[in-house]
Amino acid sequence: MSQPPMREGQVERRIVELSKERRHAKGRGRRRQERTALKGEGILMASDVQAAAPTGVVLSVRDLSVSLPEGMERAYAVENISFDLKRGQILCIIGESGSGKSVTANAIMGLLPKAIRVSSGAIHLDGTNIVGLSPDKLRSLRGRVVSMIFQDPLSALNPLMTVGAQIEEVMAAHDVGTPASRRSRAIDLLTEVGLPDPPLMYHQYPFRLSGGQRQRVMIAMALALEPAILIADEPTTALDVTTQAQILQLIRDIQRRKGMSVMFITHDFGVVAEIADYVVVMEKGHCVEQGSAEQVLKSPSHLYTRRLIAAVPHLTGKDRIPREASDRASVLKAEGLVKTYRSGSALFGTQRIVPAVNGVSFDITSGRTLGVVGESGSGKSSLGRLLIKLMECDSGSILFEGRDIAGLSEAEFRPLRPKIQMIFQDPFASLNPRSTVGHILTVGPVAHGMHYSEAAERARELLSHVGLDAGAFDRYPHEFSGGQRQRIGIARALMFKPRLLIADEAVSALDVSIQAQILKLLDQIQRETGVSMIFITHDLRVASQICDEIAVMHRGQIVECGPPSQIFLDPKSSYTRELVAAIPGEQPASTPEHADFGPHHNRGETL
Amino acid sequence: MSGFLLSRLSQSIVLLVIVSIIGFTVLNLMPGGPLAQFGLDPGMTQKDVERLAAQLGLNRPLWIQYLDWAWRLLQGDWGHSFRDGSAVLTVIGRHLSATLLLMGTSTALAIAAGTWIGIRGATHRYSLFDYCATVGAMVALSVPTFWFGLVGIYIFTLKLGWVPAGNMYTIGDGSVLDYLHHLILPSLVLSLVHVAIWSRYMRTATLDALSQDFVKTARAKGVSERRILLKHVVGNALLPMITLAGMQLPSILTGALVTETVFTWPGMGRLFLDSLGYSDYPVVMGLLIFSAVLVVLGNLIADIVIAIVDPRIRLA
Repeated sequence: MSQPPMREGQVERRIVELSKERRHAKGRGRRRQERTALKGEGILMASDVQAAAPTGVVLSVRDLSVSLPEGMERAYAVENISFDLKRGQILCIIGESGSGKSVTANAIMGLLPKAIRVSSGAIHLDGTNIVGLSPDKLRSLRGRVVSMIFQDPLSALNPLMTVGAQIEEVMAAHDVGTPASRRSRAIDLLTEVGLPDPPLMYHQYPFRLSGGQRQRVMIAMALALEPAILIADEPTTALDVTTQAQILQLIRDIQRRKGMSVMFITHDFGVVAEIADYVVVMEKGHCVEQGSAEQVLKSPSHLYTRRLIAAVPHLTGKDRIPREASDRASVLKAEGLVKTYRSGSALFGTQRIVPAVNGVSFDITSGRTLGVVGESGSGKSSLGRLLIKLMECDSGSILFEGRDIAGLSEAEFRPLRPKIQMIFQDPFASLNPRSTVGHILTVGPVAHGMHYSEAAERARELLSHVGLDAGAFDRYPHEFSGGQRQRIGIARALMFKPRLLIADEAVSALDVSIQAQILKLLDQIQRETGVSMIFITHDLRVASQICDEIAVMHRGQIVECGPPSQIFLDPKSSYTRELVAAIPGEQPASTPEHADFGPHHNRGETL
Repeated sequence: MSGFLLSRLSQSIVLLVIVSIIGFTVLNLMPGGPLAQFGLDPGMTQKDVERLAAQLGLNRPLWIQYLDWAWRLLQGDWGHSFRDGSAVLTVIGRHLSATLLLMGTSTALAIAAGTWIGIRGATHRYSLFDYCATVGAMVALSVPTFWFGLVGIYIFTLKLGWVPAGNMYTIGDGSVLDYLHHLILPSLVLSLVHVAIWSRYMRTATLDALSQDFVKTARAKGVSERRILLKHVVGNALLPMITLAGMQLPSILTGALVTETVFTWPGMGRLFLDSLGYSDYPVVMGLLIFSAVLVVLGNLIADIVIAIVDPRIRLA
């Protein structure tokens, strides 16, 4: 399955650019005139509008097509989609990148740029068709009748404004209340979304808040004018699993308390299982299936939905079947690894000391996979960097094939580098866009003394091995999709015939169906070559698919280590228990029976 | 914050010492020197020159000359001009106000115009205005300032007779209006290149701010475009510009060599050129230290302003 050449982030940025151009095409004077006229008429209220749609439907999308500018890979961002959002329900729109789910949300918000416009169909908001409404009428609906929260809470708040000021701005923008009443309302809202010490929080700048707290501020902002509809565009994707569980809980609580309708966009079936009442499945701009959550999750009718659900990694209670006839020689053994980050200056009393890795020990034998699982800031990536010596550790030893590499100088370690290779997270950033794939693959081995023709031959072999055709050798990275690029990254790592692969969030940036393929590929490669692997991930479900043993990291320490069956069925530490409980959609009732991954697992029960 | 200031201050001192050593050495290694002009003077004997050298302390080893100069500098004595014997600080003071007037006006002009053009170019991207601003900036940056100066004099002085061709005031007049009249052309010519630089940076910074997620958030809140621009975009776009403004500060006080020469403006730029021509080393060294201090100060002030404006730095 191929991905579109433009990533979702890029498309969104482009949408922002284009929409800005459109808005400024209008004269400023005229806009002001319209605004006063609007005030005179009395602002269009959600409740004023006569319901033309069936009762109980707040938002109705009918035969909506949104056209893309010429030269894009398809003519429509979405084509002929129809769905209803009922009052007091949570509607989940699920799809992989490029499915058109974000475009749909932007169309409903009236935030589509000129170049990407609604070409046909209707969007009824409480009975009023908003397609073709003037920008000013749309602006008056935004934040008041429909609110939206976004994926990345770290960048969605203005760094120069206090939290309180940003919440008040929604009310000020719609001329609601007085400065004093807005202020007390803002503090009430901060209380409502469960932020600690609201009066203090009111005066805080966003940088002081954690990701989860910022997302709560976004929700408070969205709720300020009690809108009928909340659109949540992947609101938990950028969050840690425990934070994600809290935010999902909050959205569900508020939705129930206020009887609000929520349109929730996600790519994660776990999240769908957690909160959806109704589900719309989108693929490449088409709505392929819709129905109640129960129906879509339990008995999906469309092939694509079934494939998507099958690709979702699930916690397996069973352990991986070990590779046959493998010797159990230790490949890498770490003992008491410590790395402390220091910033600022000790001399002037501004020093900050962060223990990133704090006494970590583990042992990995050949042909086995060790999963390192933890939330952001747990030190898992720092550990990865220590192991390939991109960073020196403060103390401890790293025994690689019996030799301590921790104290080696760069020059001494260089001959060993080929044996420990890394697969990176971002398949878009980790390949040099100006080198051909062939060059990317051969440059390392040639630098280590391999003859070019030999390296090129091996590169072609590996490319076909990882599922790309040999023609890929002469092409450039931008010609490949995300999944294909990750295959190139894997081939690059294998060029050296490494003994140990370190995969740092190697599948996190990929869609689930591609994720499943890459996991399968890694599994297959390990069985063929006997390479050991350290698989660093934040996703317990993914770890359970590929790892023989899992180490759970928390604040720089391994709090628990054991086979997946122990970690997931019988966790010893309270942190692991918390982590496992937070995984969305893993209640026994919500997981479909056939969702098992790969041929190398017993058909295990899912948790 | 105080820790940050202390560490910056100590770095600055080291920097100034290095700059002064390099400056002093290079200056004295140059062929010629303050006494070379007497070599062809038939009225000066070798003995006279030696006596003069002893008088000015130029016969001592270089490092002693440097230490002597540096020690006096620390005590506030910047030395005396070889040319007329007046104190270096007095000489600098005489030219500073003229430069301040010219550079201050043109920089203020440039920042105001550049900010406006930059923001408008970003919000009306790919419009006729944007294209004109882009092409205009390219022209202003690629054509040398003296050309604009000469063309300006040709058109506005020779052909139209609107403004004087040079100097800061008319001898015997010296009213405020007279000063302003003389100021118009050089400050406009000088600001051209600064407008070009400033507007290009401002455009990029504005585009960057416009593409941020919080702008999308503001739109989703129903905030008007005008308010989004004023409240969310401009503030964030100006942050990186503060550093640029800090780098401009030294040039406000050290003057513009070319423009001051073209318009015979009695500022710091011309003082530097003249002092170099006369091998007036105490004045040249004084100007060198003066501008080095300003560079350090400019950056420091920019950092402090950013720390005040940006809560992420102020409160961290």
